[in-house]
Amino acid sequence: MPRMNIIQAVNDALRLEMRRDDRVVVLGEDVAKFGGVFRATQGLVDEFGPLRIFDTPLAEGGIVGTAVGLALYGFKPVPEIQFADFVYPAFDQLVNEVSKMRYRSGGQFSCPMVIRMPFGGGIRGGHYHSQSPEAYFVHTAGLKVVVPSNPYDAKGLLISSIRSQDPVIFMEPKRVYRASRGEVPEEDYTVELGKARVARKGSDITILTYGALVHTVVETAEKVQGEENIAVEVIDLRTLMPYDIDTILASVKKTGRVIIVHEAPRTCGFGAELAATIQEKALLHLHAPVLRVTGFDTPFPYSLENDYLPGEARIRQAIRETLDF
Amino acid sequence: MSAILQVLTPEGEIVKGQRAPDLDPADLVELYRLMLFNRRVDERMTRLQRQGRIGFYVGSIGEEASIIASTFALEKTDWVVPCYREAGAAFVKGFSFYDFCCQLFGNIDDKVKGRQMPNHYCSPELRFTSISSPVGTQIPHATGLGLGARLSGSSDVVLVFFGDGATSTGDFHVACNFAGVMKTPTIFLCRNNQWAISVPVQQQTASETLAVKAAAYGFPGVRVDGNDVFAVYQVTQEAVARARGGDGPTLIEAITYRLGPHSTSDDPRAYRDESEVEEWTLKDPIRRFRTYLLASVYWSEKEDQLFEERIVDDIQSTLNKVEHLPPPPVESMFEDVFESQPWHLREQLETLKESKRAQPVEEKV
Repeated sequence: MPRMNIIQAVNDALRLEMRRDDRVVVLGEDVAKFGGVFRATQGLVDEFGPLRIFDTPLAEGGIVGTAVGLALYGFKPVPEIQFADFVYPAFDQLVNEVSKMRYRSGGQFSCPMVIRMPFGGGIRGGHYHSQSPEAYFVHTAGLKVVVPSNPYDAKGLLISSIRSQDPVIFMEPKRVYRASRGEVPEEDYTVELGKARVARKGSDITILTYGALVHTVVETAEKVQGEENIAVEVIDLRTLMPYDIDTILASVKKTGRVIIVHEAPRTCGFGAELAATIQEKALLHLHAPVLRVTGFDTPFPYSLENDYLPGEARIRQAIRETLDF
Repeated sequence: MSAILQVLTPEGEIVKGQRAPDLDPADLVELYRLMLFNRRVDERMTRLQRQGRIGFYVGSIGEEASIIASTFALEKTDWVVPCYREAGAAFVKGFSFYDFCCQLFGNIDDKVKGRQMPNHYCSPELRFTSISSPVGTQIPHATGLGLGARLSGSSDVVLVFFGDGATSTGDFHVACNFAGVMKTPTIFLCRNNQWAISVPVQQQTASETLAVKAAAYGFPGVRVDGNDVFAVYQVTQEAVARARGGDGPTLIEAITYRLGPHSTSDDPRAYRDESEVEEWTLKDPIRRFRTYLLASVYWSEKEDQLFEERIVDDIQSTLNKVEHLPPPPVESMFEDVFESQPWHLREQLETLKESKRAQPVEEKV
């Protein structure tokens, strides 16, 4: 079986879907000849030509607004936003048009599309190349939000997202674009949206996470097992909207201790939603409060990036805190 | 400043050197009937709102020619992308008046399932896209639809409507810029009705005209007397031919006037002079067209009177059918968010149903 990194997996998913369905079109800045600033769309214009993948003028509002029209006409657009930090000019189109098209028309119109964007920090990108804006989209009814952590899931989730009849915000953890490698089947396959994955089994503590932090959390869990014999169960959420409440609750009821880890800022981050729902549904199963290890409520810093990002030290601090409660 | 095309004067006469479009008498009468029907519907629905029978209404009184004569130049398979002030375009395309009224009431027969304010209808079969309230957001959709037509090798064209206020938005800019670069078969029709609620067009832009903005995007901009049925039809026809021939977009600035308020929530007496309204009433699009039709003997006073009576009957009989229908069921609130209903919406519906069982809520629009 071939080994791929996340970029290659994304490229492969796009290629296979564009072969399977000639309504799939890719648009964005620098995606065609240049192949995307992260090379996610490399080689696609050579195989499919400029009527299937093309560069747009520099305006995210135009990219997403045009994609709406393409979708209404019957295409399946896969627009790329170069960095999640630059999605905001398209925010009105996403929140007021894309997310609501099916609902507001009584189901008569819809505009399924997959809006791909690299997100997250750890590449010394500062305020404007490191953001994790997933909460805004989870909070907007009508958008699905998908976050792969590894190449196998990236390919399968992207294929599922392209085949979905709903608009999908597809957030790619750019700091592990190349570092995360693994076996990825050559043929097309799907990974179901709305289903989490147990990345590591354990019985003492549940850690819920997504994106690049899945790797950080699993590594920390291995250390903590070896050094302190604590068995941490790690759940890779994969889809944030809709999220897999069944897998989450099964783990919570098993361990009774929950830590949520995400890069996005703490206040009203996705962890807040999970914490609220977990205590609503499983209060009597909890042995300690639900803890969150997150980015701070500051813009994403440049020099102090490694202090900002949740890492082994802060995750272990939370593990101690929940066990000591 | 570029010339404003006029073919039919406010007095109902053909301008020297111009000629009426090649439309047969049946088409001319149909155009007139659509405009008059639109006017009477607007007047009636505004009264209904004042009586508290519907919550809100957006009319297009005074702008009927710019909306109806332009849409009339399209083929059935062409797309109309409205803002929220183009009921006339929907009627040209054959939108059911029953469906129109159900949407005003948001009742159980409403195809939009009671989800939106009045005047936010749509029809995929008629290629009349879904209406939303934010200004200008529809304009890039028209670029995308046009691009879709180009990519599929189809000869469909797209007519998008917006007001003078919308030309200030970012969406207008990105849509025109993309359309110019991608040479989409999109006709950008700006209803310059002189007012964006209370802000006059002179405060909307420092450009001499709105049509001149097209130059920045690399395609032609034309100005037309928006109250002149023949001129509007002609410039749209020309823009449609350009678009279908692969020559790309056109910006049409239709100069007209919003005789009524922005909506039933507005009172223009707070910010403009009655004298201006009177001045523009003399340029009314329906009045001048009626004069022309009567003089040409394609229409008669008798037919006019009978048609006016028929409109009253049609509106009343539709209202009788529609007005007392119940609202949609509460379950429908939780459908169509996604293609299928996820667990959290199922739970939220159950919570609401439980609460309503304990203490009923009155559904009132």
